[in-house]
Amino acid sequence: MSAKKVTVRMKVNGKEYVREVEPRYLLADFLRHELQLTGTHIGCEHGVCGACTVLINGKTGRSCLQFAAALDGAEITTVEGIAGDGPLHPVQEAFHDAHALQCGYCTPGFLMTTIEFLQSNPNPDRGQIRQALTNNMCRCTGYLNIVDAVEDAAKRMREGACGA
Amino acid sequence: MTGSPQWLSMETRVKPAVFDYHRPDNIEEACALLAEYGADARVLSGGQSLVPLMNMRILSPAVLIDINRCRDLAYLREEGAAIACGALTRQSEAETSDLVASRLPLMSIAMPHVGVRASRNFGTVCGSLAHADPLAELPSVASALDARFVIASSRGRREVTADEFFVSALTNCLEPDEMLAEVKMPAIAEGAGCAFHEIANRAHGFAVAGVAACVEFGPDGRCSRARLSAMGAGDTTARLSPVEALIEGQRLDDALIRAAGAEAAVVADPAGDVHADAAYRAEAIGSLVRKVLRQMQGAAVER
Ligand SMILES: Cc1cc2nc3c(=O)[nH]c(=O)nc-3n(C[C@@H](O)[C@H](O)[C@H](O)COP(=O)(O)OP(=O)(O)OC[C@H]3O[C@@H](n4cnc5c(N)ncnc54)[C@H](O)[C@@H]3O)c2cc1C
Ligand code: FES
Ligand code: FES
Repeated sequence: MSAKKVTVRMKVNGKEYVREVEPRYLLADFLRHELQLTGTHIGCEHGVCGACTVLINGKTGRSCLQFAAALDGAEITTVEGIAGDGPLHPVQEAFHDAHALQCGYCTPGFLMTTIEFLQSNPNPDRGQIRQALTNNMCRCTGYLNIVDAVEDAAKRMREGACGA
Repeated sequence: MTGSPQWLSMETRVKPAVFDYHRPDNIEEACALLAEYGADARVLSGGQSLVPLMNMRILSPAVLIDINRCRDLAYLREEGAAIACGALTRQSEAETSDLVASRLPLMSIAMPHVGVRASRNFGTVCGSLAHADPLAELPSVASALDARFVIASSRGRREVTADEFFVSALTNCLEPDEMLAEVKMPAIAEGAGCAFHEIANRAHGFAVAGVAACVEFGPDGRCSRARLSAMGAGDTTARLSPVEALIEGQRLDDALIRAAGAEAAVVADPAGDVHADAAYRAEAIGSLVRKVLRQMQGAAVER
């Protein structure tokens, strides 16, 4: 059985998309299966793990807890959109250099969380970083390298902002 | 064609069961839809509790009434001696609001404990109240603040207290055609103190137990009014009335605080689960009561 489809207009990573979807289609599945943007990972599908975190109108949100139909007119940024085709985003560079990922499954979500966090707090201490990272779970790294990476990313972004 | 393999049909890519989706533009339209669909319908606000239940198919509502376009419900404003919070006010908006910080400090200090930033960005204050989880922070805050719950339907409006609103675990007093339109919380009184503490296994996610408190002091330094509400003390958010009665009219000295903690552990009627057994929870509530009251001693002295 399927329900009446509804039209969704969504700007994802700067590009406009128009699709007809069933109302029960989740944003996570919409991104992965309709738009083939498979960088957004799905872990728990009930909001807990954070792997599916994307920016929805500039704010982190669980794409497994949003219906695509409800986001008509929204702007979404996924991990594919943070650097585009250019060089890596400073947060990505910092994660790479600090070895802040092992299997990498959680990484797209951590990157989105870090980007939102550093926008509101460009000069955080380690306690604040640990608090912010409760948004996401990682089963590999033990988090220490992720905390290092966020600290380093903050520094790179502050220096980048001064240089600009 | 690139993309997902054939066997991954649309049917296997969706988690929730089929529902009819409605997106009203204002509260009148929302209430008209509720009047039409009643018990078949669910209100969707932040979706941070409802959608997990739908993904797991614990809930399969036939109709979803998405109130996220009802701009007339997105407000946080001062109304006389109270702060009115509309059904579409996000938890993150309340968390960063100067009005809430200055007039509802209890909500301000409790809010960072509610889930994670990504859930607060979308989850609403009223959605958390409507969800009525006995381990949720905001119901205990609303109950300690003596909040009024403004309930709307196409039949009109009515107001209830927290005691009336929270019926049992995950059950509120709303009729099938009603929705929570607003919660009205009295601003903190002159010479009052408030505190919130919880015990949790992790820095995020649900707590094992918690206590929210709001205590007013007279010019003589005695406690003139006490409101304490516990999370995890029963199958609903519960006021610790015997503890309130014990401290009202008294000076908050160390002996009284010890007695209040002991009374709270007796009054609490917690359930045990995988996170904590009932005896541990009762102890935890006693110790949290001592902690919030010790903090309040400071408020009495500071004046
Ligand atoms: C990772 C994670 C961690 C969390 N941790 C916590 C936590 O520590 N503490 C905590 O308290 N919560 C926690 N939550 C849940 C919290 O985030 C939800 O926001 C809240 O419980 C429900 O608010 P909502 O606006 O998302 O409501 P929804 O999920 O949209 O709705 C919840 C229920 O209330 C009903 N409803 C919603 N709005 C209304 C209304 N205006 N009138 C009538 N009925 C209505 C819905 O029909 C549904 O039954 C967590 C969630 C996640 C995803
Ligand atoms: S898949 Fe969305 S939070 Fe885990
Ligand atoms: S790197 Fe494997 S889950 Fe985080």
